[in-house]
Amino acid sequence: MRTVRFHIAVALVLLIPVVVAAQPKVGDALIRNGTLLTVTKGTLENTDLLIRDGKIAAIGRNLTAPEGCRIIDATGLFVMPGIIDAHSHIALEAINEMSSPVTPEIRMRDALNPLDIAIYRALAGGVTTIQTLHGSANAIGGQSVVMKLRYGTVDPSELVLEGAPRGIKFALGENPTRVHGAGHNIVPRTRMGVEFVIRSALMEAREYRKQWDEYNEQKKKRGFRGAPPRYDDRLEVLAEVLRGNITIHCHCYRADEIVMILNVCRDFGIKKLVLQHANEGFKVAPEIADFGAMASVFSDAWAYKFEVYYSTAYNAAILTRNGVVTSINSDDPGVIRRLYHEASKTLKYGGLSREEALALITINPAKQLGIDSRVGSLEVGKDGDVAIFREHPLSIYTVPVMTLVDGIVRFDRENDPDDMRIYVDPEERFDQSGFSMPESFHDCLGAAAATFNQLFENR
Amino acid sequence: MSNRLALLVTALLWLSATMGVAQVPKGSYGPVALVGATAYTVTQDTIENCTVVLRDGKIEAIGANVSVPGDARVIDCKGRRVYPGFIDGGTRLGLSEIGSDPRTHDYNEVGNIVPQMRALTAVNPNSALIPVTRVNGVTTVLSAPTGGLFSGTAALINLYGYTPEQMYAGFEGVVLNFPSTSRGGSNDKRKSEEIAKAATKAMKKLDDVWQKAVEYDKLDSALGESKPDYYPELIALQPVLRGTMPLIVEVDDAGDILRALEWVREKEIRKVIFAGVREGWRVADKIAEAGIPVITGKVLTLPGRAYDRYDRSYANPAIMNKAGVTVALRTNEANNVRNLPYNAGVAAAYGLGKEEALRAITIVPAQIFGVADKLGSLEAGKDATLFVCDGDPLEPATNILHLFIKGWDVPLVSRQTLLYDEFLHREPGLQKP
Repeated sequence: MRTVRFHIAVALVLLIPVVVAAQPKVGDALIRNGTLLTVTKGTLENTDLLIRDGKIAAIGRNLTAPEGCRIIDATGLFVMPGIIDAHSHIALEAINEMSSPVTPEIRMRDALNPLDIAIYRALAGGVTTIQTLHGSANAIGGQSVVMKLRYGTVDPSELVLEGAPRGIKFALGENPTRVHGAGHNIVPRTRMGVEFVIRSALMEAREYRKQWDEYNEQKKKRGFRGAPPRYDDRLEVLAEVLRGNITIHCHCYRADEIVMILNVCRDFGIKKLVLQHANEGFKVAPEIADFGAMASVFSDAWAYKFEVYYSTAYNAAILTRNGVVTSINSDDPGVIRRLYHEASKTLKYGGLSREEALALITINPAKQLGIDSRVGSLEVGKDGDVAIFREHPLSIYTVPVMTLVDGIVRFDRENDPDDMRIYVDPEERFDQSGFSMPESFHDCLGAAAATFNQLFENR
Repeated sequence: MSNRLALLVTALLWLSATMGVAQVPKGSYGPVALVGATAYTVTQDTIENCTVVLRDGKIEAIGANVSVPGDARVIDCKGRRVYPGFIDGGTRLGLSEIGSDPRTHDYNEVGNIVPQMRALTAVNPNSALIPVTRVNGVTTVLSAPTGGLFSGTAALINLYGYTPEQMYAGFEGVVLNFPSTSRGGSNDKRKSEEIAKAATKAMKKLDDVWQKAVEYDKLDSALGESKPDYYPELIALQPVLRGTMPLIVEVDDAGDILRALEWVREKEIRKVIFAGVREGWRVADKIAEAGIPVITGKVLTLPGRAYDRYDRSYANPAIMNKAGVTVALRTNEANNVRNLPYNAGVAAAYGLGKEEALRAITIVPAQIFGVADKLGSLEAGKDATLFVCDGDPLEPATNILHLFIKGWDVPLVSRQTLLYDEFLHREPGLQKP
């Protein structure tokens, strides 16, 4: 008996390092006397919020701090759930794998860059969780990563939000047709081609899935001697999409192509669909709501390309009023710093309530990423991801002052040195500035922009 | 058959003529009295329970004790606020319609030295972007060419009118892209040495052109009636040399700013405006010392360097202002110039203060452009270019309720509001009967 116990104890001790490595660092904090914008449970004045071991342990008045717990005085400040961006390309070494219009096997997880200063700058805008996606060059792109902004680590795997559902990028319209049709002279060159490419890939995946399902069924039978079907990483991922285990995040703009992707998904029994950008989503809001798709949109970006010329800043409000779960995203390392401001524009464009506006950057993107049981609102049991603001976050005069991820303060305006880089390139000339393009260009184009230009110049 | 064909052709012509046109209701003109508002004059005290009388395109009277003329249309503004129209100190509005489509770009002419290219000749009064902009309280913008060394001549325009002449707001300035030693964004893969070499070459070119312009001007003055040979680019620089037109110097990098200060001092250029100035905060004292006014922005952007504190771009206007620099703001955009008030609001939050932020998009740019006798504040005799709103206009929650440009009551309708009206509750909805 004793030896059995001993063996168990040894086994447990051996297991500990493994378990610890997989756990993110968590912290304790008591945020005192703030105005809590819970998003799901209304506004609570002069209320404390206690985080223990990275989770919200209590919300109420006169909470006592456990031994050694960090105490944050939020008197006169606004406390809201950490902001969630459902569409970003920060913290990536590469964005577009443009070698084929169909690349579901590509994983952004393999290109994560925990050193990206954009992570810290997003934290300084109250953001705690993002989905960082493959670009929009391919009709079917790569798999995205849902990550927490645990800035300070050099280990990419520490950023990944454990247990978040998988997501994949699809893209319609000008980008895939420009890259592959105009650029490589292959299908798709038109929106007809985009539909065909997606439909073909899904049909192939359906056949592949059928073969595997049959094999797995046969395998159970006694005396079965057949060989397994060929394993195909590309089709395996799409089969998971068909099984409902991977959510499609589909870059789209025009109403016609939105209806197209709804129809394709319906034909293949795919239900998990989030429309990304969907600038003309408002034109087919009843259809989107009927399908049960969700939409992650810009606040007011438009006219940067032809397919967004007939869009409107009222998009988020129209979608919301038509019953579509809507979020506002950044798609940009600058805009991600001001998602609270982007959300505030819906007070003007369409007259959403303050609660509805805040939901656009918290609980709604959490729903779209399938992580709303963990993040997106201030509720006991949820993750200790909190953003603290001077002034109401929907006021233009607000300033984010502190951001906590899993109860750990990752941004503190009071304690914010000039240079927050983790790593410095020894080759870098110190005084060499890098001014970005004059107009905010959304992307999805990302690193591909230069290549696009080249394609056109060489044509 | 031919009748049908004619009908078809007519229909097609009508379609092509109406496509792309900002289909918004007409403005109206006539005496108006705004009664009972709180007037934020910018240059004078704020006036409670104020009456503002607009007539013949001007503010005829403003004050708490002004009587309402019998012929004026009265707009009840109790609980409302009145502000002078916002001025964006640098945009491509009217010169660019669709960001990725070069066919709609009229801001970057071929050539390195093209100061004679005038923005005013290419401004599209019917751009769909214009109504979208003005419904947020922006009434006046500098529309500027970009690219090359001397990009062209920028023009200040009011956002109402059907010809460039109707829109012109009384200012033009030559744009100089000061040779840059900084990287042109993350897609600029040049080596540091290549960038430095290109900057040195551009600097030499700039000095050469300037020397030619000086000589040409001397020759021109000496020759009198018998003109020298026709050099349009040198002629376009003459007003700058003579100090009758400002030179707008686009410059961002701190080192470039110092070089530009040295250059304009050395060339004894009398009227200079610095534009962009993203790293003004690094050398604010030097800019203040030179007494050169700055149009900076956009504010809502990233710092230029990875090692910079995250909020430098937000705090840049405040840091320069505190050092004594005259600071106006710009969006440097075409399609979202409507966000000018939010650029000002964020600058306010990061140290500029509400009052100074408001000045930076009203009276300060008006003064920089030499049009403060007409624009930038609510004063009797100035242009009736103003708006009525239901709160602080730098706050996104605030709605603009009435807007006047030179006395024209401009309907607050844009393609974006029309789409909202059409699609909020679309008919037919999901089912088509």
